[in-house]
Amino acid sequence: MTTRLLIRRGRVIDPTQGIDEIADVTLAHGKVAAIGRAAEQPGDQVIDASGKIVCPGLIDMHVHLREPGNEDAETIASGAAAAVAGGFTSIVCMPNTKPALDTEAMIEFVYRQADRARSCNVFPIGAITKGREGKELAEIGQMVRAGAVAFSDDGVGIASATVMLRALQYVGMFNRPIIQHCEDADLAAGGCMNAGFTATRLGLPGIPAAAEELMVQRDLLLAESTGCAYHVAHISTAGAVQLVRDAKRRGIRVTTEVCPHHLLLTDEFVEQYDTNYKMNPPLRSKTDVDACIAGVADGTIDCLITDHAPHGREGKELDFQAAPFGIVGLEVALGLFAKALVAPGHLNWNQLIARMTTAPARILGLRKGSLALSGDGDVTIIDPDLPWTVDTSLFQSKSRNCPYEGWPLVGRATHTIVGGELKFALEGSPSSMVA
Amino acid sequence: MTTPSHTAPQRPLAAQPPSPAGGAPTPLESPPQVSWPHKNLLGLEDLTAAEILHLLDTAKAFEDVSTRSVKKVPALRGRVVVNLFFEDSTRTRMSFSLAAQRLSADVIDFSEKTSSLNKGESVRDTVRNIEAMGVDLIVVRHGAAGVPHLIARNVQCSVINAGDGRHEHPTQGLLDIYTMRQVKSRIAGLKVAIVGDVVNSRVARSNIHGLTRLGAEVTLVGPTTLAPRSFERFGVRVCHDFDSVIGEFDVINMLRIQRERIASNVFPSLGEYSRLFGLSNERMKRAKADVLVMHPGPVNRGIEMSPEVADGARSAILRQVTNGLAVRMAAMFLCKQAGEAT
Repeated sequence: MTTRLLIRRGRVIDPTQGIDEIADVTLAHGKVAAIGRAAEQPGDQVIDASGKIVCPGLIDMHVHLREPGNEDAETIASGAAAAVAGGFTSIVCMPNTKPALDTEAMIEFVYRQADRARSCNVFPIGAITKGREGKELAEIGQMVRAGAVAFSDDGVGIASATVMLRALQYVGMFNRPIIQHCEDADLAAGGCMNAGFTATRLGLPGIPAAAEELMVQRDLLLAESTGCAYHVAHISTAGAVQLVRDAKRRGIRVTTEVCPHHLLLTDEFVEQYDTNYKMNPPLRSKTDVDACIAGVADGTIDCLITDHAPHGREGKELDFQAAPFGIVGLEVALGLFAKALVAPGHLNWNQLIARMTTAPARILGLRKGSLALSGDGDVTIIDPDLPWTVDTSLFQSKSRNCPYEGWPLVGRATHTIVGGELKFALEGSPSSMVA
Repeated sequence: MTTPSHTAPQRPLAAQPPSPAGGAPTPLESPPQVSWPHKNLLGLEDLTAAEILHLLDTAKAFEDVSTRSVKKVPALRGRVVVNLFFEDSTRTRMSFSLAAQRLSADVIDFSEKTSSLNKGESVRDTVRNIEAMGVDLIVVRHGAAGVPHLIARNVQCSVINAGDGRHEHPTQGLLDIYTMRQVKSRIAGLKVAIVGDVVNSRVARSNIHGLTRLGAEVTLVGPTTLAPRSFERFGVRVCHDFDSVIGEFDVINMLRIQRERIASNVFPSLGEYSRLFGLSNERMKRAKADVLVMHPGPVNRGIEMSPEVADGARSAILRQVTNGLAVRMAAMFLCKQAGEAT
């Protein structure tokens, strides 16, 4: 077995330690052993990272892996493979599987399947309510014991204010966050895209921005009264960003996240009823996109996620109203965030990496997202200047529902290292062994 | 018929519709791929003013077929047209069937009330199976917007939208415009009111696109919940007080009101709706003397308009039905011809 992995001459960025310098990173026994000059020893595996960024492994705190229940669209193994191909060393999966992840046994199942896949770290989020029905609290304490890192009924919001208040009170006891899919079901009922001129033109029922903002506003009041950590999932509207910004100023324990598509696409992309542009929350207006970008830039939006939502072909080939919500994102996210945030100068690479490593680790209380000595050897190597073209036929994900086919992007992970082991190397970016 | 020695790729003469009386040159004498490049008719939003006029002129050339003793031309002889109706509509289906038969096509009716959420057999599978039987043209109606587009992406043959959800109903829009032009002799500058449930109406959207493209001045009239200001971006005026504007219009096109809208609280009662936006005998007195009253049918008599107005001298409702045949013949003929030219 390889004892050491040397990553040579990369630009090492670790926001947790304030490191941004050219250095070697040595991983040994699955842990970070040294940052600084390293001498090669026989048997060492060496990766030349000159011209590249070496950073803590990327974390995506919002993915859907479809197992159990819809293994045709994705499995924990295929989702993890897609994750490492996109540069992620840890992913956090949502409980809206069939059945839902709402018991201790289901949480253990995810860990066991991830273990078998031997790819990246997979951390499950438990359902807040039994069967995600929004009525009775699930066995949250037992799921915490099994390793659930947060709680959410994602896919739907908790409609009842009473249930939400109880959930915040109860989950607060375990110091875990509640992640809320903010959508007033009554206002959003039947909607399949943003309520705006394009929906009017296409004759499709709309989901108004107010559906998201109403629930954010209600929950912020409840969160303030309980003190529980509250996280707004996949924020998408200007009003919601402003509500979170104001709440943070008032000292409420609120965090939020945003997807690449809410930074790059508007509802006007829903042309010709292409279901690859159907997601929830829906693509919004240019004003909302600008507000989300501003929210990332000023820190209102803490972290960057994919909301990776694989669907099989037969689902996405239905008509727009009948097709399911969601697009895949793990393998394109880094390049898309670079396009949306770094290229226009809203964030530098240092800040982008912090939003994809440190921030989610902090929100979820994961001992990840850092290159601190003796910490887990999860490392992503990024070529920030590498031009490439999105080709969905090369995806590791089982699904292809992606609106970015053919997009030219710049910046991509070339190596993904999990627990000191190289799990992914982009073709043409190999490692070598010291004889 | 053309002879085998013919070298130029030319459509057989039998496929040409008859020249209109009077012998004026019809647009059909110009190559169809120039005036009408569309294999499919999915909506009027996709069409230029010239294309719409070309279709209307083609319909005019077909108009007298219905008055002959033998009501048939051989334009689509040997071709197969499928009426694929996922949503009930006896009138529209009959109109398309009859139009296809007058073009000598073989017609198959396929009605299936499948829920759009029924994943058992997707629309895509259905149309691929139908096409595999050798179908040349699919006429589709579906309760969900965009289904004709989905079908067009999945088949080689021509597709005509016979109404998709709240999106478009292009042949209804065309027959409305055809009727206006027939009576008023022009479209440009015509003042047209579209009254009622605009938000949920595919007829309204097709009318708006077609009429604005041809230079008519369109006003939408209805309650704020059914005729919202957001429609102004289409280049139309929105008005919530029928009485203040009724005297301006050359044409008043009344939309059908669905009773189930009351349940979704878009208006409180049919009585109130009728009082505010119905075309009563009283209100008609304030309209222009030569105003043209239209309705896509079926009329809720006493709600959208009084029986006297519906059956009165200003009403073009039955004329719309008649014109629907010629317009649908033209649409099928042009789309099929463009499909075969490519």
